[in-house]
Amino acid sequence: MNDMRFTERNVDSTEIKIRAKNVDVFYGETHAIKGVDVDIPEKTVTAFIGPSGCGKSTFLRCLNRMNDTIDTCRVTGDIKLDDEDIYDKRVDPVQLRAKVGMVFQKPNPFPKSIYDNVAYGPRIHGLAGNKAELDQIVEKSLRRAALWGEVKDRLDAPGTGLSGGQQQRLCIARAVATEPEVLLMDEPCSALDPIATAQVEELIDELRARYSVVIVTHSMQQAARVSQKTAFFHLGELVEFGETGAIFTKPEDPRTESYITGRIG
Amino acid sequence: MTDATSGDGTSQPPRKASLLELDARTKKRNAAEARFRTYGLVAVCAGLVALVVLMVSIVNNGAGAFSQTFVTLQVELPADRLDKSGNRNPDEMRAVSTFGYSPLIAAAVVRALEENGISIEGLSAKDAGGIISKEAPAQLRNFVLANPQTLDTTREFTFLANGRIDGYYKGRVTFASAEMDKNVSPAQLQLADALLEIGVLESKFNTLFFTSPDASGQRPEAAGLGVAIIGSLYMMLIVLALALPIGVAASIYLEEFAPKNRLTDLIEVNIANLAAVPSIVFGILGLAIFINFAGLPQSAPIVGGLVLTLMTLPTIIIATRASLKSVPPSIRQAALGIGASKMQSVFHHVLPLAAPGILTGTIIGLAQALGETAPLLLIGMVAFVREFPAGPPQGFFDPASALPVQVYNWTQRSDPAFVERASGAIIVLLVFLILMNAIAVLLRRRFERRW
Amino acid sequence: MNDRGHIASAFDRDLEGIQALIMKMGGLVEEQITSAVQSLEERDVERAERVRERDKHIDQLEDDVNTEAARVIALRAPTAMDLRVVLSVMKISSNLERIGDYSKNIAKRTGILVQMDPMGSSAGAIRRMAKTVNLMLKDALDAYVQHDVELALAVRDRDVDVDQMYNALFREFITHMMEDPRNITACMHLHFIAKNIERMGDHVTSIAEQVIYLVTGEMPDEERTKKDRTSIVAE
Repeated sequence: MNDMRFTERNVDSTEIKIRAKNVDVFYGETHAIKGVDVDIPEKTVTAFIGPSGCGKSTFLRCLNRMNDTIDTCRVTGDIKLDDEDIYDKRVDPVQLRAKVGMVFQKPNPFPKSIYDNVAYGPRIHGLAGNKAELDQIVEKSLRRAALWGEVKDRLDAPGTGLSGGQQQRLCIARAVATEPEVLLMDEPCSALDPIATAQVEELIDELRARYSVVIVTHSMQQAARVSQKTAFFHLGELVEFGETGAIFTKPEDPRTESYITGRIG
Repeated sequence: MTDATSGDGTSQPPRKASLLELDARTKKRNAAEARFRTYGLVAVCAGLVALVVLMVSIVNNGAGAFSQTFVTLQVELPADRLDKSGNRNPDEMRAVSTFGYSPLIAAAVVRALEENGISIEGLSAKDAGGIISKEAPAQLRNFVLANPQTLDTTREFTFLANGRIDGYYKGRVTFASAEMDKNVSPAQLQLADALLEIGVLESKFNTLFFTSPDASGQRPEAAGLGVAIIGSLYMMLIVLALALPIGVAASIYLEEFAPKNRLTDLIEVNIANLAAVPSIVFGILGLAIFINFAGLPQSAPIVGGLVLTLMTLPTIIIATRASLKSVPPSIRQAALGIGASKMQSVFHHVLPLAAPGILTGTIIGLAQALGETAPLLLIGMVAFVREFPAGPPQGFFDPASALPVQVYNWTQRSDPAFVERASGAIIVLLVFLILMNAIAVLLRRRFERRW
Repeated sequence: MNDRGHIASAFDRDLEGIQALIMKMGGLVEEQITSAVQSLEERDVERAERVRERDKHIDQLEDDVNTEAARVIALRAPTAMDLRVVLSVMKISSNLERIGDYSKNIAKRTGILVQMDPMGSSAGAIRRMAKTVNLMLKDALDAYVQHDVELALAVRDRDVDVDQMYNALFREFITHMMEDPRNITACMHLHFIAKNIERMGDHVTSIAEQVIYLVTGEMPDEERTKKDRTSIVAE
């Protein structure tokens, strides 16, 4: 028996992938995110937890500038990906989103074939020169999403014909097809049954070997299972950010303790 | 802790009502609901009855238009009468007008009688020729001019019978009315019967109804929908080519790209209002702008098409916006999340999913445009047009008619045969409309996806 | 027995990790018992010192097990068999740590005893007792690994032998002390050593009971046969 396995679970790297400093987000008059500083490490799963409406999804969407699509939303502060400010005027959000992929709460495969779903991203970003290369990218992405074995004989079947867990893994395959460096996941398992959830969580654990993963979840048990670092948000503020085991066994802030033990909503 | 409601504890608990007995309120409510259901049923039945009555009357009136009486004759084509110079030159042969040809036809009828040993009292040769439609000499002349080599032969021709003869077989004309009618005599009716017996005269399906152009009041039997169908077709093509791209593009812009401010709200309200504007107003607009200002030819499908485009645009825009709205935002988010630009997400994902709705809206818009009469009347498409317009695109500028206008036209004429033809045209129009709507429903069913 | 792994493989790794710690601890403790008794027999002071030193490792391992178990409970919310694994591991580590402490105590008393005259006969009996306990411990740990209830029950029953050996030794020491008052000091130490070993046996039995709890979900309810009658009968 190998008792050295504990080290696998700890934070493997200390490189910081995304640095956010003093980030504020306003929806019109509402101050949704208040002065958040957080460093997302590389090749690690970071979880954002907190009660409903605490701003964790809003903050997640800042990381790939999806908030740009909302007219009333205004973001101030500094967010750097690999030391480049993502809100710089020269940055094209479209290009940013190829590097920072996103998986949503409800599985939303395109109503096309499985192949086309995965191939869409590489096609529009010009990642493949010919059909053979595209086939390779599709296979690689489906393998990384632990879906290849189940769908390799029916790549032309519609993506919407898969089960919920498979659809979500298809969305993950689609997101990794553009070779992102960061994967953002907004409550990826909330629409799935427990077995599918466990499969996706296992997949997330495998993905952290290649990508930095940030996952927003309203289930703190999921954050406990899947992440190495956890950030607790409350009313728009980042209350505590630390190693997951420490947060769940001896949190420092009493608000964190209240939330985790189920004493506040 | 609960509040005990029974005060001193000595009163009896309320007797529980049995489920098996209905209380008064329930009975009243059930009665009201049953009454309401009856009203609904009565309303539906009334609607159905009205529909059935309408359909039956139209079909009764119009069914006759689809069959017509034809006479098959062997006609001699003597060269000495038709080609005076003997050169077989069509340009020279044109000098012989239809007056030269009608005696040939009368002669053919007489010969048919003689060959079969029929004689009818009081029937002159001219009368005998009179049972054939007045279109026939023109038809014969056109044939001979096109085929001069057929001179000096005897060929078989099928001619339309005269409108009154046709009316006789459809019950409009009787021997009694024929006595007083100057266009037909009882002797001619007898002749017709005789020819019917020998098989020279017969009633069959009238394809000419669809292919021949309109005819004058004297010749209802020759009147057809050919020009009207082509005119309507051209206009539909123009509407499709113009309204669909403009409408879809405007819709996409308004729905996806336009900022959500007061100006766009104003535009949206006005588009909805446009759909409610009476169609005759569009006719006046078309007259003022397209004919008076832009100088386009009157009565041309191009003008009709442009006016109908303006009328159909609001329908298409509204239908397209509804389809675009019905695409769930999760698809757009997914596309944006992968790094597609707004344009790419609209054209690659939203539009294909909205396509069935857009298509259905377009077809319904086209079906409505097909049946519009008022604006076309104002721009002059009510004229009597005999020549087929040329092929597109210059055919768009030739005068033409339209189906609903043709119906209006025919109902204005005095001959009862035109009433029958108008009803027939209505049937044709209805068939097209039903067909288009059925296609719309089919397409919607086929392409509807579930997400 | 559910042989399939969890869908989340990290959970399997966590559980295997803490069980690995127990096995490591068990191995260390077995070695401590052997070493302590050997040092007594051979009057080897250095060996006794090493036993006292190594006890720190065992204490550290118990700490590690507790921390890891708390972490697994907080992060994985184990249920059913998984929960019993974690709970039993905590109890077992506590028992092992106590056994380790007794070994350290024996080593300490050995250090004192070598300064006195050797007491011959009882050393062999003590050695036999310790060997029995050691074998019981080994079997208990085997039963734990193999989830073997029969073996655990058998271990539980063998505690009777240890108790009887202790009783015999107790009478022997009393006899010695009555024979010659100068033996009292040595015999008292030896008695405590024997008592320590008897207590070790009780802890091993407790480990066996944890194994039964782990596998069946219930603690064994028959009275553990206690043949240590010294507290009842004043002889």
